[in-house]
Amino acid sequence: MTIDILWILFIVSNFFLLGSSRLHTYIRVISLQGFLLSVLPWFSEGPVSGHIVAMSLINGSTKGILFPWLLSQAIRRAEVRREIEPFIGYGSSLFIGLLGLLTSFWIGNRLIPPTATSVFTAAMALFTLFVGLFLIMSRRKAITQALGYLVMENGISILGMALLQHDPVVVELGILLDAFAAIFVMGIIMFHINQEFDHMDTDRLNQLKD
Amino acid sequence: MIPALLLIPTLAALLAFVLPSVRGRRVTLVSSALAHLVITGLCWIRRPVPALSGWLSLDPAGLLFLSIASLLFTTAAIYTVGSLRDESPERIPSSREDDFFFSPESENVFIGCLLLFLAAMTAVTLCQHFGLLWVAVEATTLASAPLIYFHRSPRSLEATWKYLMICSVGIALALVGNYCLTAALAIDGGADVSMTVSELMRQGTSFNKLWLKASFLFFLVGYGTKMGLAPLHTWLPDAHSEAPSAVSSLLSGALLNCAFLSLYRIHQVCDAAGLGLFTQDLFRLFGILSMGVATLFLLSQSDYKRMLAYSSVEHMGILSLGMGLGPLGLFGALWHSLNHSLSKSFLFLTAGNLLTFYKTKSTRQIRGILKKFPITGILWMAGFFAITGTPPFGTFFSEFTILKAILEQGRIGLTFLYLGFLALAFIGMSRIFLNMSQGEPDETVPSANARKEPWIRVLPPLILAGLSLLLGFYLPEGLMRVLQEASRYIPG
Repeated sequence: MTIDILWILFIVSNFFLLGSSRLHTYIRVISLQGFLLSVLPWFSEGPVSGHIVAMSLINGSTKGILFPWLLSQAIRRAEVRREIEPFIGYGSSLFIGLLGLLTSFWIGNRLIPPTATSVFTAAMALFTLFVGLFLIMSRRKAITQALGYLVMENGISILGMALLQHDPVVVELGILLDAFAAIFVMGIIMFHINQEFDHMDTDRLNQLKD
Repeated sequence: MIPALLLIPTLAALLAFVLPSVRGRRVTLVSSALAHLVITGLCWIRRPVPALSGWLSLDPAGLLFLSIASLLFTTAAIYTVGSLRDESPERIPSSREDDFFFSPESENVFIGCLLLFLAAMTAVTLCQHFGLLWVAVEATTLASAPLIYFHRSPRSLEATWKYLMICSVGIALALVGNYCLTAALAIDGGADVSMTVSELMRQGTSFNKLWLKASFLFFLVGYGTKMGLAPLHTWLPDAHSEAPSAVSSLLSGALLNCAFLSLYRIHQVCDAAGLGLFTQDLFRLFGILSMGVATLFLLSQSDYKRMLAYSSVEHMGILSLGMGLGPLGLFGALWHSLNHSLSKSFLFLTAGNLLTFYKTKSTRQIRGILKKFPITGILWMAGFFAITGTPPFGTFFSEFTILKAILEQGRIGLTFLYLGFLALAFIGMSRIFLNMSQGEPDETVPSANARKEPWIRVLPPLILAGLSLLLGFYLPEGLMRVLQEASRYIPG
């Protein structure tokens, strides 16, 4: 198995996110991405160190299991199932995703990370980052925005995983702890939005403007 | 001393989360704030020993911003005790119509998060390691989000969601910057060095320029969002105006500085790597853009807390502009950050008093503060002069230093824009401040009992106002030296 299979799975999962409306699908795809991420450092050259094993296990369990579980709890409490009427439709979203993929490859070909085993690392990181940002901007529900944030984090982690040798464990753990706290606080605020407005559509959050 | 600085607020926060007694929690808040302030003061006498193999240490810039954060936190803590007392459920019946004084549900969480917020800001000023710095900056966002939502109103909910989402996304981009920085070192087979500021600066020009530029751009967008630089400032007016006033004063006075400090750190590294001109161009661009955008919104503002928030965007623009102007400009920017923090935080505390007295944030409904609430009125007017950079307040001298730096570089166009925006901001704010302070009090607008200004809510802003005025007359030797060391500016 080569690393390219991982990249193909990343691309497919990202397009799945752009075209889907069911929130449970989102969560499963994000969980899959989390597991893919944890496999990524195994492809790096050199001997498998304890550091790689530990980080891969911790990343897999948080991004693959813990975060998706936290968000599925939030969905259950809020009793929403699907994203309704996004600001940008699913067809257009897929098309924009395709443009994003091309742009990511174009930029990624100029920025090839030195220690990465694959030339596509930067392109994949950028594409996943782009999909996450796009979901945050184009979807209506607070929960979908939080999911988009998670996708974006995954994209950033691709870059981090590729350069893993250089990051001390304390920092890695700090980053994961922050991500965990972010999802946790977002979950609480979502709960309050749901209670306050009886739904989680962020376009009703429109009182504050000039 | 470094462990104490971090542990005191963290442990106090844990205590505040579990303490059942109201009095106990408030005593914890104020006493830990004072303890933090005392230790910070001791750092001025003797620099603390670095901890965690140099990852945490206090350099001159860090010391400056730590002192600002600690001082503002202490005044805000005292003020908070007063405002929590005034807003406690027995005194004000909670009603859905009244937008401002929803019964705050749990004071535990509020005080706990406030202390965690202090711990996170302290960590930002201490972190020399870029990865750890990122963790600390994100922690400030997470600790402060529940503070903005204290009043439990739909408006504060909206502000909190925007703050959390936009800042988290922004700071996530700064993480990309971190990874790019690692790559910039590794690409040419560079040594495996620690990611601390001093180590990276020692690498000099051995960075890969392309990756370092990419890294800087991601940092600028990421921490720039947190600092409120236009066009990434959209969350700022909402969060700063909807938060309880003591929190607003900390967000504007201390937290924006933390983001500025993070940008200052990456600027140091880029400067040492020979990319100084590239970063300076971008800082100037974002700086003048922020001043312009903020001025535009200042001219047509009808909510006085939003006005103060936009003024913060303007001043962050001035800081960014100063950083883009070499050593003298950086000297002015660091000095200005101190002056701005003192002025803005006492203005926000005073605005909080006005909100309690009048229960409205509309500038049109408030008249004749000077007649009805003399001390608050004087503070409000003093704040106006301080924030618009009128002598003898310190802001005038630091803004003048930055002007001098612009002129020394012979940038005529920039001079006109800088002075023009400052003048327009002055005009826009004078209209609001003067209308609110002067004239006869409008008796048809319900307000609190006249001449009843509790000392606990007036004294904290008075202290800050006094310091802000003092800095205009006298810049202590020690402070001067710290500013010069941080900016590497040698007066010739």
